[in-house]
Amino acid sequence: MKIAIPSLKSEDKPIFIASGFILVILSVGTVYTLSTQGTAPLLSPGYLLQQLQTGSFLGIVAAGMMVVILLGHIDLSVAWTMTAAAMMATTVGGDLAIPVGIAIGVGVGLVNGFGVAYLRVPSMIFTLGVDSVLRGLMVAHTGGFAPQDSATPLMRALASSKLMGIPSAIFVWLAVSLVIAIMLKRTAFGRQIYLTGNREMAAYLSGVRTRRVILASFVVSGVCAAMAGVMLAGYSARAFQGMGNAFLLPAIAAVVIGGTRILGGQGRYAGTLVGVILIVLLNSVLSIMQMPEAGRQVIYGSVIICMLLVYGRGNKVQS
Amino acid sequence: MRNARSPLAATIRQNSGFLGAIILLLVLYLIYNLLHPRGFSAALLIQNTNESVAIVFLAMAQTVPVLLGGLDLSVGAIMTLTNCVASVVVSGSPQQILLGMVVTLATGTAFGVANGLIVVYGRLQPIIATLATGAIAVGLALFIRPAPGGTVDDDISWALTNDLYELVDTYGWFDADAAWFSSFAWVPVPLLIVIVIAFGVWLPFKHTITGRTVYAIGSAEGAAYMSGLNLDRAKIAAFTLAGFFAGCAGLYLAIQTSSGNADITQAGAYTLNSIAAVVVGGTSLLGGVGGAIASLVGALVLRVISFYFRIVSIDPLLQPLVEGLVLLAAVSLGAFRTLRVKNQLALFR
Repeated sequence: MKIAIPSLKSEDKPIFIASGFILVILSVGTVYTLSTQGTAPLLSPGYLLQQLQTGSFLGIVAAGMMVVILLGHIDLSVAWTMTAAAMMATTVGGDLAIPVGIAIGVGVGLVNGFGVAYLRVPSMIFTLGVDSVLRGLMVAHTGGFAPQDSATPLMRALASSKLMGIPSAIFVWLAVSLVIAIMLKRTAFGRQIYLTGNREMAAYLSGVRTRRVILASFVVSGVCAAMAGVMLAGYSARAFQGMGNAFLLPAIAAVVIGGTRILGGQGRYAGTLVGVILIVLLNSVLSIMQMPEAGRQVIYGSVIICMLLVYGRGNKVQS
Repeated sequence: MRNARSPLAATIRQNSGFLGAIILLLVLYLIYNLLHPRGFSAALLIQNTNESVAIVFLAMAQTVPVLLGGLDLSVGAIMTLTNCVASVVVSGSPQQILLGMVVTLATGTAFGVANGLIVVYGRLQPIIATLATGAIAVGLALFIRPAPGGTVDDDISWALTNDLYELVDTYGWFDADAAWFSSFAWVPVPLLIVIVIAFGVWLPFKHTITGRTVYAIGSAEGAAYMSGLNLDRAKIAAFTLAGFFAGCAGLYLAIQTSSGNADITQAGAYTLNSIAAVVVGGTSLLGGVGGAIASLVGALVLRVISFYFRIVSIDPLLQPLVEGLVLLAAVSLGAFRTLRVKNQLALFR
């Protein structure tokens, strides 16, 4: 009988390395602030919670994105799904605001899923088309300006109030994380996602209704993006054109830094969580250093490349 | 062999998608000219070609990595970077201008080489590696040009964005009013540039062993490896060529607008449109099928469709919506394949 030796599984490696890198970012930032201002704001719980609050929107988008990436697909429509959900929620207003926003997410997810799963159009291009259709719909809806309606009190409360001293947005993020993590780990649907992502043909032959799995995954991604959009509207008190644009690429980067394979079939939710925190803290340290946009972009790209060179390397083709 | 088919018929059969795209383009452009008040005029042709050059080059740039079965998300960023580089170096004496253009194209090519090296020796997925290098390229562009601006030599800007007559007249190579010249003096210079680079760079590359290897990798990488092809060289060459074409796009954009603009949103939009153009042109995102000339046609189809908005009275607010719907419809056309498939399993990769 072989005794199981506790060793670092390949799936856990990215999580440990990324966590280590978070510590590096925090210490570099602290050294910087200590040497220039003599204080260490990065280590104060209040500051960290505030950063996590702004990061929770990215976290929710990334959670949905991860489900789709696990299938080997990608959802490029999250940016305008967020904006559309936020705009429709503020337009409707009242008690129905949040349900309407979420419904937009479900609708977009169904369209995306139908195109990818049933029409068999590559997700890269289909979700891109859906994204531009959503943009067109919102421009037609608002006349190209920011709508005047403001977010409802409940939306604001979800995004910017505090519960027991902790921003409530973090609780929403945690709730979404729990649901996604349990779904991926403990439900048949979650296992079917991994199976389909690894080899759709094998999954199909084993009786998994892969089309429905893909459809449902895109709905999950759409709902997550819509939730993030509704909360972002609550955070900034209103919806505006292009409010989701800054979330697409960081969401993909967070998922990939967390060790999820871009071709699908492999990855853990904890990794995505760590990836989001890494990107949020990297951004906040760079803004503390008052790094100009140019430097940010270069550092941002270099960090992704370096992290992936450490643990994201594929296998050499040998046969 | 009964039914010995002629080579021509075989060529037509093998390229039915490509020929369809060309016919679609010609029909669309013919109707556009019929509807346009200044239709069939040289001025309109010059204007249209000028507005198409950047996206045509980017679509060609995107094609090469797509043929490998990868994607290059940095082409828009490389275009932005080279655009900013060109807005600094393309001015001064004729020698300096020429040197500046070479430097600009070399920048794009070098960035492509870097992409290729990262993908091959870093063994990263192209889509995610180029996502990151794209951020770096935009960052470098912002370093060079924090605010839009810069100068490009006026003469070259004028000569290269007009017809042959103006090109010859600007530099006084010979008497532009000569009788023998008048029959093709109307040809737009941007059209010539695109044709020369598309047929002078892409077609020779496609027929080299490296070019065939790019197709082989996209079809079956394992088989290509077992056949003894040099995969690493082909991959690096593919990304290098993508960088070169993106550099062409950036250089032309600088010449056309006489300025450099490090616009992150614009870079992203151009990248995504380049993917759309590749798909419309009939190149498979799974790799191995298609070509840069097809993407050239695909990009032109998308451009001509957007030209229609100027002459068809449509509410400007509805314009983005119609554009999106056209794109979605165009990419969904491939779905008819799913109806013809007899074996369900063929649908799954």
